Amino acid sequence: MFDKLIKIFKDFTLSELLLGMSVTAKELVNTKITVQFPEERTPISPRFRGIHALRRYPNGEERCIACKLCEAVCPANAITIESEMRDDGTRRTTQYDIDLFKCIYCGFCEEACPVDAIVETQIFDYAFESREGSVLTKERLLEIGDENKKLIDKTKLEDSKYR
Amino acid sequence: MAEIRNYTLNFGPQHPAAHGVLRLILELDGEVIERADPHIGLLHRGTEKLIESKPYNQSIGYMDRLDYVSMMCNEHAYVMAIEKMLNLDVPERAKYIRVMFDEITRILNHLMWLGTHGLDVGAMSIFLYAFRERERLIDCYEAVSGSRMHATYYRPGGVYRDLPDKMPKYLKSKLRSNKDLDKMNQDRQGSLLDFIDNFTKTFPSSIKQYDDLLTNNRIWKQRLVNIGIVSANRAKQLGFTGAMLRGSGVAWDLRKNQPYSVYDKLEFDIPVGVTGDCYDRYLVRMEEMRQSNRIIKQCVDWLRSNPGPVMSSNLKVSPPNRGDMKGDMESLIHHFKLFTEGYCLPEGEVYSAIEHPKGEFGIYLISDGANKPYRVKIRAPGFPHLASMDEMSRGHMLSDVVTIIGTQDIVFGEIDR
Repeated sequence: MFDKLIKIFKDFTLSELLLGMSVTAKELVNTKITVQFPEERTPISPRFRGIHALRRYPNGEERCIACKLCEAVCPANAITIESEMRDDGTRRTTQYDIDLFKCIYCGFCEEACPVDAIVETQIFDYAFESREGSVLTKERLLEIGDENKKLIDKTKLEDSKYR
Repeated sequence: MAEIRNYTLNFGPQHPAAHGVLRLILELDGEVIERADPHIGLLHRGTEKLIESKPYNQSIGYMDRLDYVSMMCNEHAYVMAIEKMLNLDVPERAKYIRVMFDEITRILNHLMWLGTHGLDVGAMSIFLYAFRERERLIDCYEAVSGSRMHATYYRPGGVYRDLPDKMPKYLKSKLRSNKDLDKMNQDRQGSLLDFIDNFTKTFPSSIKQYDDLLTNNRIWKQRLVNIGIVSANRAKQLGFTGAMLRGSGVAWDLRKNQPYSVYDKLEFDIPVGVTGDCYDRYLVRMEEMRQSNRIIKQCVDWLRSNPGPVMSSNLKVSPPNRGDMKGDMESLIHHFKLFTEGYCLPEGEVYSAIEHPKGEFGIYLISDGANKPYRVKIRAPGFPHLASMDEMSRGHMLSDVVTIIGTQDIVFGEIDR
C-alpha cells in the first residue's frame, strides 16, 4: 500500500524524468571534452600506426635492403618491391610502392623489417587529390621519412624497449 | 469492397537504425508486423576463405574486422585456437593482459550498444555520454597496440608488446591555458595501468549517469518493457548466447562454465534477467559493464605486482626481440622464417570459443599440417540472434522492430563475415 503511494507520488512528480534532466543539466556546466582538431590534437601514442615512411641511416643512405620481408608478410598484398644490384655491390630497391587503398595498417611491415627501414608514423591526417596519389612510391616514402625524421626517431626510440 | 492486402516495407539497408547494412523485408498489417525477413550478405568480404590463403599470423588483423566493435575479443578466440593446436604455453602476464583487454572490449562494446540503442529508441543524449567513456578506453587500445580500433595486438603465444609505462599527453596549444592542460593531463601522468585504474574508479559514476538517464525513465520503459520476449527454453532452442540468453534467465557464461585464460582466478558475477524482454537485456548488459569494471580492477592489481614476459619464448612461433635479431644469426633466421613462411600447425581440428560481448564467438579451425589453415569456420553470435528476428518481432509494432534490432546488438561485420 505504502509502496503504491510512493509510486503514484513519483509518477506524478515526474521524478525520474527530472533525475535524467539533472544529468544533462550538470553536463551543461561541466568542462567540455571536445578538442578543436586542427589547432589542438588528442594525445597520440608512440606506437600509433599512421602513414608509412622509409628511413635513412645518419649518413643519408637509405636503410631498405630489399629483403622483401614486408612484402611477404603484408596481409593485404599492399607492398610491391623491385630490386637491383647497385654499382657498389649493395642491393637496393628500384621500386617500393605501398597502395594505401589496400593497406590495413596492421603494422606487420614495421614488425618484420630487419633494418627498421619501413615504419608507420604518427601522421594520420593526410590526403591525396587523385587515385594515383594513393600509391606511395619510394620517393614519396623517403620524403615522408625525411620530413618527419625527428618525430619518427623520437617515437621509435620511446617504444624500442618494448620490442 | 476493395481487397485489403498486407503492406510490404523495405527496412534498410540504408536505414540509420538498421545498424549497418541490414535489409529487413517487413510485411505489415497496418503498423503490426506480420513477418520480418532479414536479408544478409551486403557486407560479405569472404573472411573465412581469405584466411585459408594466408599464414596463420597474417589473419589476426582480419579478426578485428569481423565484429568491429569488439576487436580484441575476436582476436582472442583466434589465437586461442592456434595455441590449443600447438599446445603452446602462454605467459601468465600475457593472459592477464588479454583478460583485461577482453573486458575493456566488453565495456567498449556495451557502451556502443547503449549509445546506439538509446539513439534508435529516441534517447539522444546517452550517445554522447557513452562515447565520452569509450574515448578513454580507445586511448588504452591506442596506447598498447598503436591503433584505436583494429588493434592486431594478440599473437599466438602472448601479446605483441608489454603495456607502456607512459601515457601520451595532450600537447600545448593556443586554445588552452596551462591550467586547463594540466587538468586534461591529470590522469595521464602515470603508466597505462594507472590510467586504466583511474578509469575503473570513475566508471561506476558514469554508469550511474546512464542509469539516471534511462533505467527508470518512463519513455524508455514504455519502449522496452515486454518487447521481444523470449522464454528461457526458446532462447536455448534458438541458439542464443551471451546477454541475449542471460536476459532470458539462463545463467550461461563461458567465462564461468568453461573458464579460459585466467577467468577462473577472477571474481565476478553473472547477471541474469527474469522475463527475457528488451528491458531485461538492457539491465543485464548494464550490470555486465559493472562486472567487467570489477574484473579490470583485479587485472590491474595483478599486473602491477607481476612483471614478466608477455610472449612465449618458443621461437618457432613468436619472433625474437629486436636486439637479438640484429646481433644473433639464429634469431635472424627465426625472424626471417617466421615472417615469410610462418609456422605449421599439426594436422587436426580445434574449436575455441570465448565469451564475446555479444555471446559465444567461436573459431573452428582445420589444419592439414601446412602453414595455412585448411578451413576456418567462424561462429558469429549475432547470426542466430538475427535469425530470430522474425519470431521476436512478430505481432509487435513497426517502431518495436528498431528496439529489437537494438537489443540484439547486431554488427554486420561478423554476421556477413
